[in-house]
Amino acid sequence: MAAFTSYVSSAGQPSYSFPQQQSAPSHASRAPIQHSFYPYTDNGGSTLGISGDNFTIIAGDTRSTSGYNINTRYEPKLFRIGGEGSEHKGSKIVLSVVGFAADGHALKERLDTVVKMYRYQHGKEMSVNACAQRLSHILYNKRFFPYYVQAILGGVDEEGRGALYSYDPVGSYEREFCRAAGAGASLIMPFLDNQVNLKNQYEPAAPQGLEKPQLVPQPLQRAATEELVRDAFTSAVERHIEVGDGLQMMIITKDGIEEVFSPLKMD
Amino acid sequence: MPGFDFSNHNRNLALHAKGVPLPKATSTGTTIVGCLYDGGVVIAADTRATSGPIVADKNCEKLHYISPQIWCAGAGTAADTEFTTALISSNLELHALSTGRKPRVVTVMTMLKQHLFRYQGHIGAYLVVAGCDPTGAHLFTVHAHGSTDKLPYVTMGSGSLAAMSVFETQWKRDMTREAAVALCADAIQAGIFNDLGSGSNVDVCVITPEKTQLMRNFITPNVREKKKRDYKFQRGTTAWLDERVVKREEIRKYVSVEEVPVEGSGAPVVGERMEVDQ
Amino acid sequence: MNHLPQAWGRPRDDIYGAYDHSYLPQTHANTHPTTHTQSPVVTGTSVLGLKFKDGVVLAADNLASYGSLARFTDVKRLKPFNRKAVVGFGGDVSDMQYLDRLLNSLDVQENYSGAATTEEDDGEAPAATADGEGGEDKHKAILDAKNLHTYLSKVLYKRRSDFNPLWNAILVAGLTTPPPPAPSTSTSSPKDTTTSKPTGPAPSRKPIPYLAYADLLGTTYSSPTLATGFGAHLAVPIMRRAVPDEAAAAKLSREEAVEIVKKCMKVLFYRDARSMNEYSLCVIDGKGVDLQENIKLEGESWAFAEGIKGYGTQTV
Repeated sequence: MAAFTSYVSSAGQPSYSFPQQQSAPSHASRAPIQHSFYPYTDNGGSTLGISGDNFTIIAGDTRSTSGYNINTRYEPKLFRIGGEGSEHKGSKIVLSVVGFAADGHALKERLDTVVKMYRYQHGKEMSVNACAQRLSHILYNKRFFPYYVQAILGGVDEEGRGALYSYDPVGSYEREFCRAAGAGASLIMPFLDNQVNLKNQYEPAAPQGLEKPQLVPQPLQRAATEELVRDAFTSAVERHIEVGDGLQMMIITKDGIEEVFSPLKMD
Repeated sequence: MPGFDFSNHNRNLALHAKGVPLPKATSTGTTIVGCLYDGGVVIAADTRATSGPIVADKNCEKLHYISPQIWCAGAGTAADTEFTTALISSNLELHALSTGRKPRVVTVMTMLKQHLFRYQGHIGAYLVVAGCDPTGAHLFTVHAHGSTDKLPYVTMGSGSLAAMSVFETQWKRDMTREAAVALCADAIQAGIFNDLGSGSNVDVCVITPEKTQLMRNFITPNVREKKKRDYKFQRGTTAWLDERVVKREEIRKYVSVEEVPVEGSGAPVVGERMEVDQ
Repeated sequence: MNHLPQAWGRPRDDIYGAYDHSYLPQTHANTHPTTHTQSPVVTGTSVLGLKFKDGVVLAADNLASYGSLARFTDVKRLKPFNRKAVVGFGGDVSDMQYLDRLLNSLDVQENYSGAATTEEDDGEAPAATADGEGGEDKHKAILDAKNLHTYLSKVLYKRRSDFNPLWNAILVAGLTTPPPPAPSTSTSSPKDTTTSKPTGPAPSRKPIPYLAYADLLGTTYSSPTLATGFGAHLAVPIMRRAVPDEAAAAKLSREEAVEIVKKCMKVLFYRDARSMNEYSLCVIDGKGVDLQENIKLEGESWAFAEGIKGYGTQTV
């Protein structure tokens, strides 16, 4: 009898090899375990991309921050994807990532490997739209432990037109003409909407009223676009504390990637 | 005579018309410093005001007037530094009037700490108090909870460590006025360039027993470059659905208007010009 | 009848005896989830790094704190890896010792494996000697500071992704051999994109100073001046004043660099409550690693304390 009762819980019910609901809260060891480790951080900075008729410009500032500190004044957020070797010789795709820099690096390495393996296995370069979709899949693969980044991918498509794709952290993507991401996005994006897509601008000569036609966006010229990018960044630097130090621009054309660096304010 | 006295209203309008600027609000994220020297005391501040990661004001004033020979540099919540210093300044004036003596820096420090302690840190004012009085030149820091400190060189705000690194490597005993001003400006610049909460320009205030010199925008190391493109819209770019023209004479139907002529010109007075107007 | 549906068809303990968990692997027997380090215990404070003309200076004090207790006062936090790379550790000391063991086994592996090729790949030896003897600098290709930083940052990133972080902030300092076409931040011609491989062996390239940061999240960055922990607030402003950019670092002499770092260690001792006045300092340049582990802080100044009376109204 003693042996029999020893297996009966205090509630007078028999116990089993799996935890029972009612006894669960009484176990001190099953108190929720607190995880104080947070695996993400925000490294600040801002990026933007604009695509034209035969080129795409991707730009980003080079400041890396943590809290109110500047980690470094030069840490590129723009990466060449594919091409030959560690120098990406001949690459025509650029990935920009802003958000958690460590995830950004991991993402870039994975995409770069994929694009290089594609050429190794198929003997031809991966197209930008294929690369764009692959990037979306890489991001969604980590749906429940996401890469904490906003990515912008740029290149020239198979027709030679500028191609630009923007992503959310879990892989939703879209081809666009312009996109700003990161800390200064809310400052830069309205400017781009107005200046690139000519939002809120109407035919000046046309009479006022509901019929007044909107201005139709025209493909931008490269020199003008570069000026626009520079103005967008100098303005973001004025009003956002995490943007500054240096502006890195990559211009992708059918001939390859051209890189331009220019300084920004350092305060 | 009972009742309110509005006689200063006209004076204020006249002062404003002469170009005397209005005081401006500041905010958190700051570098402020102070340093005693041989014949007086120097305080300095950056001019960036932030709300979160956004720059709210690129050229705000963080050096507050307490009395002619006592000034205060403020970090923390903008409204709190502004109102606390204004309140103490006002009470100090009354105190000086009733005692018939020049106000002392210790008095300001004591009034501030007693006021702030009462509010148990809920008034987020972090201050550097400096000034000259009949007992000499003094420099204090006052924290929001009411604690104070008395040191020959002090820093406060989010850039306090960057600024302190300059003092800890360059400060010397018995400096000249020039050396003290240069050191404080250097300390502020360390904050401006290494702390994201601080930026733009350097304001300096030098107080000696004889006079106070406020050097607004003493150094401007962050002037914005010229924009590459012109963003002027052609007339008619903005669409509208309805149009109504209100004549100048009719405007009194909607608002009360009072025009104050500017001395030497016929132009009507507008508020302090903003940067975008230029 | 039993009203617990999950019990139906299962053996009852009162009849068959309790289930013997000891046959299961540990993780299954344990009803609560696997736990990992969630906060550091014994910690080291700042590590400083500064690039100069032909190398890097690294410094960290010899204190390991247990919370606010100065627990161990002779803990060396600069770990030389080989003649080209040194790692400076901040953060948890046990995780530092784990990483040190990991690096030692990596070094042994590297030295045993045939992976290390000839000196040509090392990039710095004269191109003439394919085999046979060179000068005294006759070494196999070894992991340089950049390689080591890549390795460590991947270890750290993997561990953070497993929610089992190594609670460290580290600086990797040393030398690395730059890639064939000098990486320029200015305009690189679009012609670069035509695939033209340089023929023949690459000309011997001189190793350049390398300094980079990595932490428990896998965050990495590089700069001519770096510091972890409190040093990021107090020492970086001092170092940046002296060396604002790479160009300034390329003009700095070894003596000047050591001078600046020593000045920073003094300021950290003044203002970092978790620091001490005995530290290690390491210079890595073309000649190898020069590590001094018991430097005493010199020339402190407490002049400011003179004449201070109280904190407010006290005058005597």
